[in-house]
Amino acid sequence: MSAVLAAVLGATLAGCSATGGKRAEERAAKAAQGRAAVDTPRWTFAMVTHSGDGDTFWDIVQSGAKQAAAKDNIKFLYAHDVEGNKQAQNVQAMIDQKVDGLIVTLAKPDAMKDVVEKARKAGIPVITVNSGSDKSKEFGALTHIGQDEVIAGEAVGEQLNERGKKKAVCVLHEQGNVGHEQRCDGVKKSFKGEVQNLYVEGTNMPNVQSSIEAKLQSDKDIDAVVTLGAPFAPTAVKAAEQAGSKAEVDTFDLNAKVAEALQAGKLGFAVDQDPYLQGYEAVDLLWLYRYNRDMLGGGRPVLTGPQIVTKDDAKTLAEYTKRGTR
Amino acid sequence: MSAPATAPVQDAPDERLVHRSYLRRLLGRPELGAVVGAAAVFVFFSFVADSFLQASSLSTVLYASSTIGIMAVPVALLMIGGEFDLSAGVMVTTSALVSSMFSYQMTANVWVGVGVSLLATLAVGFFNGFVFTRTKLPSFIITLATFLMLTGLNLGFTKLISGTVSTKTIGDMEGFESARAVFASHFTIGGVDVQVTILWWLGLVALATWVLLRTRVGNWIFAVGGGADAARAVGVPVRRTKIGLYMAVAFCAWISGQHLLMSYDVVQSGEGVGNELLYIIAAVIGGCLMTGGYGSAIGSAVGAFIFGMASKGIVYAQWNPDWFKFFLGAMLLLATLLNAWVRKRAEASK
Repeated sequence: MSAVLAAVLGATLAGCSATGGKRAEERAAKAAQGRAAVDTPRWTFAMVTHSGDGDTFWDIVQSGAKQAAAKDNIKFLYAHDVEGNKQAQNVQAMIDQKVDGLIVTLAKPDAMKDVVEKARKAGIPVITVNSGSDKSKEFGALTHIGQDEVIAGEAVGEQLNERGKKKAVCVLHEQGNVGHEQRCDGVKKSFKGEVQNLYVEGTNMPNVQSSIEAKLQSDKDIDAVVTLGAPFAPTAVKAAEQAGSKAEVDTFDLNAKVAEALQAGKLGFAVDQDPYLQGYEAVDLLWLYRYNRDMLGGGRPVLTGPQIVTKDDAKTLAEYTKRGTR
Repeated sequence: MSAPATAPVQDAPDERLVHRSYLRRLLGRPELGAVVGAAAVFVFFSFVADSFLQASSLSTVLYASSTIGIMAVPVALLMIGGEFDLSAGVMVTTSALVSSMFSYQMTANVWVGVGVSLLATLAVGFFNGFVFTRTKLPSFIITLATFLMLTGLNLGFTKLISGTVSTKTIGDMEGFESARAVFASHFTIGGVDVQVTILWWLGLVALATWVLLRTRVGNWIFAVGGGADAARAVGVPVRRTKIGLYMAVAFCAWISGQHLLMSYDVVQSGEGVGNELLYIIAAVIGGCLMTGGYGSAIGSAVGAFIFGMASKGIVYAQWNPDWFKFFLGAMLLLATLLNAWVRKRAEASK
């Protein structure tokens, strides 16, 4: 047993990598954390999202929220569930704990209506993030931080027009997410060509690839594939290569791989909504509200996107995507 | 069955008539392992989560348990009867979709939709049972097929009829308020908000326990799960019992589905996938054997309660939710091991 352990340790020491790996990550991550910059009481803020397990997008939101929490002397809690009623139960559990502030997503607004109301009655300030900009005010949230999905979709449509595309596929990876439908509707609105929706099973990457492949093989006229999440863009690129299609892949959201692929010219463009900023601003605004009754937006959503990211921008952003904050 | 030479001595009493002590009988109950496990999980979270013991938190935990528990009851009965139903999770969504879309599209009173949904859901349950008893294929395969078909139908029909992936709101339609009062209301007891699903759940557990332990149908369920051929030989209507069990699952799916619809007045067509496993987990933690013939309805309730405590306890304990599934799996393993051990001990001491 100890011999095996020694062998493994030895191999690890002997085989050091000068590039990448944990050390490179640690070097890049120096900005995160830090000490509290204020001496307000240690409030507890909770974020409850509709994220699935292990979603990179929500990791970035969380790292933004944690950064703000560190600065603002906040204890930050996080819970998530893809199913509307379970997400609502998690919000209820946070209310039971008498947290000092709540951040929720309204991807399934009807399921969240009652608990948001309860939080308000319990005197807990609520900010909505990411999805649900149209319902936020109605439910009594202080403000909404995110991007307007329809506007983001329209931005993509315009960008496709500029690039002279004629026929696009919009790849939806989460069935039942209203925000995703809105994005594709936005693309349809501004794009002069034809848009088709393609539903794929987002939790099953090989399935995503084969579905896109099949779509591209069955219709050779498709010259643009739009994925709704960053992790699906490289998969779509692979699918296009496999299918022998010349279609350009463009995507919503950003991550390290997308930034790399943009630089390498494999992707056309990405539309970023800056998840880091959504997490950061939500916590920071709740702090401001607790401390000084401040609020941004004036009753309208505070927009963090859309920002169109092309090859040139990707170069400057690569550093940040690598450490997981963009 | 044994030769006369090995027959017991005449004056030893018949073993079926021996009076077993209360403790012995308690140890022989299928749900004992689960009760011990539930107590352990409860004590554990009472210590690690400050807000867990508040009445309001317990009410949230009970609500989470009841949403699983309502379905775990018939799933447990079905498992005692020796079969699985993998379509139970999406059937809940199907049921909610049917009543919502029927009411909306026909502009009918919500109760009409609720009634139509009951018929449609029972029909799905009947289909499962009928195909299974006719083909004699494993129920695993039959209900897996139903599961996939329902998932597709849910999304396909919803998109076709509503144009989006969720249904249109029926919150402003006639009959909605009374239907909500039945399926999704909540009331206050001693300052604590209690959801009506908890009553449905307890009622179903009581009903199922009575059926299992005090009626002829209950004996049939144990018999068909223990050995279908032997049961048929002594005159148990095996086919009817199994079809009935599938329809019981459908009936409870209808209750859960109506709850889902009435609490939020719209339904997401993609939901419910994966929940069927949670129901089976609750039944197994509660002492149901995968091979049938053994288990209890109360056990399924305790299993669902453990599930509710674990899923919400992690939030109250302020842990990173990434670990939840691991915790659930470990608990399932421990509970089944504990069950097996307790049962062995109980049988050895008989």
